Amino acid sequence: MTTPSQTVGPFFGYALPYERGWELVPEDHAGAITVTGRVLDGAGEPVPDALLELWLGETGTRGALDRRGPGVSGFGRCPTAPDGGYRFRTARPATPYLALLVFARGLLRPVLTRVYLEDVPDPLLDSLEPALRATLVARAEGIGTYRFDVRLQGEGETAFLEF
Amino acid sequence: MTHPPYLSPAYRSTLLRAPSRPPLLLKADPDTIELTSPVFGHHEVAEHEADLTRQHSGEPLGERITVSGRILDAAGRPVRNTLVEIWQTNAAGRYAHPVDRHPAPLDPNFTGAGRCLTDDDGRYRFVTIKPGAYPWRNHHNAWRPAHIHFSVFGTAFTQRLVTQMYFPGDPLFPFDPIFQSVPDPAARERLIAAFDIDATEPEWALGYRFDVTLGRTPMEDS
Repeated sequence: MTTPSQTVGPFFGYALPYERGWELVPEDHAGAITVTGRVLDGAGEPVPDALLELWLGETGTRGALDRRGPGVSGFGRCPTAPDGGYRFRTARPATPYLALLVFARGLLRPVLTRVYLEDVPDPLLDSLEPALRATLVARAEGIGTYRFDVRLQGEGETAFLEF
Repeated sequence: MTHPPYLSPAYRSTLLRAPSRPPLLLKADPDTIELTSPVFGHHEVAEHEADLTRQHSGEPLGERITVSGRILDAAGRPVRNTLVEIWQTNAAGRYAHPVDRHPAPLDPNFTGAGRCLTDDDGRYRFVTIKPGAYPWRNHHNAWRPAHIHFSVFGTAFTQRLVTQMYFPGDPLFPFDPIFQSVPDPAARERLIAAFDIDATEPEWALGYRFDVTLGRTPMEDS
């Protein structure tokens, strides 16, 4: 019998984030990319107390939590800033997408989505009408930087997933 | 329905944050990265991180307790070597977080965050102090029942669970919209730890047991 989910609340900030949690790869990692954006609520206002988790599908050579030395950590965590902003430095995944979980005060369970780095033929993307499809595709901004906003509710609401 | 709905109007913060569309139901294939989950190494989590009463030079104030249990998958199998993280208020109901303005004292000997990895039977164990109830501004005279936040990983990213563990017999249960957001009363009961005299250590600490069962993975469904 499954244990029910409860909100992460507003006070996780001294417990869940860990040092350099947003850096899945070191700065000098060949081919490193940055995924950045904001979390916005139904009024278009920033969500300053969300926690994002990024998952590459493999733990990576450094381990999920370990940030020492070269190589890849397949998991990362980033709390949002007062402007709702977050940032991850990561390796490119083997898939066209990264898995992203968002927790926040006011979310009684997390929302799960995918960050597609390119708009490519894909079973999920191809099943969506264009406006919804667009919410899952990050916007390339310069070399190696991708912008991906999470809109929890309302206009441009991100497509969230369950399995 | 085990989990609370996103929109639960009595908990006001859901009003502008609950997605308006239900999540898209995805079919899983073997390449689906959401079916995998981080694997944690014992070098990444130190053993002393599971004792929240020994993180400072002195002992924290409050009722010393142990909280232990198992992390299980939907079939009742142990989830081994998985990361369990907790955070909570001190005995007075105050979080060691700058945003918490509740005029209750901070305890210089208590931060209130801990973590550990489960063993081969899926067992975890923390030593901590019993957290306090505290007021919040959701509605007039709103108080949260004492609780410990839990964050747990399964073997699939889709099983990721953040929840709250409550204490038996709390008189605040009927008034708390977060606890009450779980629609099924039987499911709500699964959020309440059990007092366990066998886990209680004589002359030392009361023992509470809290088992966590994660959801099915898409592969288990098929």
